[in-house]
Amino acid sequence: MENQFFVDTGDLSPQALAQKHRLEQDPSVRTDHMAYLPGMEQISSDIRERVMAQRDSYDPMQYTAQDVQAALQHETCTVEDLKALLSPAAAPFLEQMARRAHEETQKHFGNTVYLFTPLYIANYCENYCVYCGFNCYNAIKRMQLTRDQIAHEMEVIARSGMEEILILTGESRSMSDVTYIGEACRLARQYFRLVGLEIYPVNTEEYRYLRDCGADYVTVFQETYDPDKYETLHLMGHKRVWPYRFDAQERALMGGMRGVSFSALLGLADFRKDALATALHACFLQRKYPHAEISLSCPRLRPIVNNDKINPQDVHEKELCQILCAYRIFLPFAGITVSSRESASFRDGIVKLAATKISAGVSTGIGDHESKYTGQDIGREAGDEQFEINDARSLEKMYGDIAAEGLQPVLNDYLYV
Amino acid sequence: MEHEDPLVLGGHAFTSRFILGSGKYSLALIEAAVRDAGAEIITLAVRRANTRDHENILDYIPKGITLLPNTSGARTAEEAIRIARLARELGCGDFVKIEIMRDTKYLLPDNTETIRATETLAKEGFVVLPYMYPDLNTARDLVNAGAAAVMPLASPIGSNKGLATRDFIQILIDEIDLPVIVDAGIGRPSQACEAMEMGAAAIMANTALATAGDLPQMASAFRMAIEAGRRAYRSGLGRVLVRGAAPSDPLTGFLRD
Repeated sequence: MENQFFVDTGDLSPQALAQKHRLEQDPSVRTDHMAYLPGMEQISSDIRERVMAQRDSYDPMQYTAQDVQAALQHETCTVEDLKALLSPAAAPFLEQMARRAHEETQKHFGNTVYLFTPLYIANYCENYCVYCGFNCYNAIKRMQLTRDQIAHEMEVIARSGMEEILILTGESRSMSDVTYIGEACRLARQYFRLVGLEIYPVNTEEYRYLRDCGADYVTVFQETYDPDKYETLHLMGHKRVWPYRFDAQERALMGGMRGVSFSALLGLADFRKDALATALHACFLQRKYPHAEISLSCPRLRPIVNNDKINPQDVHEKELCQILCAYRIFLPFAGITVSSRESASFRDGIVKLAATKISAGVSTGIGDHESKYTGQDIGREAGDEQFEINDARSLEKMYGDIAAEGLQPVLNDYLYV
Repeated sequence: MEHEDPLVLGGHAFTSRFILGSGKYSLALIEAAVRDAGAEIITLAVRRANTRDHENILDYIPKGITLLPNTSGARTAEEAIRIARLARELGCGDFVKIEIMRDTKYLLPDNTETIRATETLAKEGFVVLPYMYPDLNTARDLVNAGAAAVMPLASPIGSNKGLATRDFIQILIDEIDLPVIVDAGIGRPSQACEAMEMGAAAIMANTALATAGDLPQMASAFRMAIEAGRRAYRSGLGRVLVRGAAPSDPLTGFLRD
C-alpha cells in the first residue's frame, strides 16, 4: 500500500488549512517545478540531460541473469552492467555481488570506516515536502540555535571525541540565511577537523562563501530523480524547483568545495531508476571535475513526527544491500555513507561490504545533544526531529562495535590544504 | 658492521629494501607488520595523523622506524608543500613522499606538479621521494629538482595488478642514477621479486598486505621476495634466450680469416 503522506496536524488557520488541501488536491494551483525562481543561478551543463536520458531509457525488467553474470565477470563495470546489477534479475546474485563489492572496498579503503555526526542547527522550513517531518505544515516544535547554543552543541559533540561534523538546517533561507550557516561553519572549524554541509541548495558564490567559512563538502539529496513524481511530493517552496536542486553539487564544485555527496530518498519513486540516476549523477560529475571527491548516501523513508506510518515501501534491506553493492562495483573509489535510519545490525553488516562511513551519536532534533549524550533532562528547550532514527549508538559504542568486527574506525584523515 | 648493500636515500643508509605502507588496515597490526616485513621505513598519510585523542597512527609506529609522511590529498604543488611542512612540524622528520593527484578515481600522480613540489621541498632540506608516473623526462626533471629517489607506479594504486608499466620502469632503472623505488600496484611477492631482479632499489607496498588473509605472514613473504630479487640482481641473472636455441652449427661458420 502506498504511503499516506497527507496529515493535518496542529492548529492551522482555516485559510492555511484550505491552502494546504488545495496544494494536495489540485495540481493546477502548484507552481511549475521545472521553472527557476528569481535569484536561482542557472549554470550551463549537460549532466542533467545525460543522467535523465539514461534514467528514462532504463527498463529494469529487460535484464537477465546472463547480463548480471556478465557484469560480475567484467573487470570494469559499465553503465549497462550497472543497470543489470540494479535490476530484479540480480536479486539471486546478491551474495556474489556482495563478494565483489567487498573486494573493491578492500582495494580502495581497506578495513577503514569513517565516523561522523550530524548537527541540526535549525528546523524552520518554507517547503511543503509531504514526507518530511520539518515540512512547514507539520505542527512540530520549531527552533533555531543561537551562536552560543551552536557552540555549546559543538562542544558537547567534540567532547565525545568526534572530529567530523555535518551541519544541517531546515530549508528556510529567511530564517537560516547563508551568513548564519557560514557563522556555524566558522565555529565548527574551532571544534572539528572536517566540516560538511547539508543545507538548501545555494548559488556558486554562496558555496564559495561557505567554503571560505570552513565547509569543505556538500551533501544534497535529490530525493527522487523522477521530476513528475517529485512534483507530487514537493508541493510548495524553493525546494519544489527540481532542476535547481539537481545542479547543486556542480555549483558547489564550481564554488571550490572539495567534495560532494549524492542521494535519492529510497521509497519515494522507482528505486532502481533512482539508484541508477544517483550513481550516474556522481559518475558524470566526477568525470567533468576529476579532482572532486564524491560520495553516495542511500537513505530510505522513515516515520516522522505526526506520521508514524511512513515506510520505505518496496526497498527492503535486501534491495538496499543490492543497491549499495551495485554502487560499490560501479564506483569503487566513491565514499558510501549509511545513515542512522538503518538498524545497527544492517550497518554493522554493510560496513564490511560496501559502506565506508557511518554516523554515530546522532540526533536529528535541535539543541538536544547534551540531554541525549548524558541521558539527563537539562531543562533546555529543544526542537523536534526530522525523522526517527533507528541506530542510536553513541560514538564510543560505535567505535567499539566497529573495532570488534575487525575494522579500523577512523575519526579523521582529512586536512584542509 | 657496515651493511654491504645499503639503500641510500638522501645520505641515510638502510638495510631493508621494503618500504611499508600503513593505510587500509588496523593500527594494532602495524607493529607486527613492521617486524615481519623487516621494514625500516614506513609511510603514513599526514592527514591520517591529523587527529586528536583516539588512536593516532603515530602512536602505533615502533620507535626507531623512519617515517615517510606522504602528501596524499594534495591536488597541487602548493598543497603538497603545505602538507610536507606540516609533517615536519608534527615531528615526522625530513623525509617526504610527494603524492599529488588531481583525479579521485584512479589516483594517478600529476608529474608536472610533482616536479614543482620536489624543487621547493628539496631546497628546504627535505629528503624528497616523489611518487610518479614512469616517464623518463619527468624522472630526469626530478633528479635535477633535487629528489632523493624516484617512485614510479607499477600499476594503479590499490589494484594489485603488478608490473603493468614494466618496460618503462626498466628504462628509469637503466637511465636514472637515483634509486628507483617501485610503488603502487605491486600485488604479490613474486611481482616485488621481479621488480627487484630488474634492478629496482626498493619496493613500497600497502594494499597487497592490507588485503591479505594474514597480514604479518604476507609482510614476511614480501620481505623474502624482495631480498631474493635483490640478491638475484646483484648476482647477475643468466642470459635468457628469447627465441630458438643456440645452434651447434653457426650460420657464420663459413667465414674465413
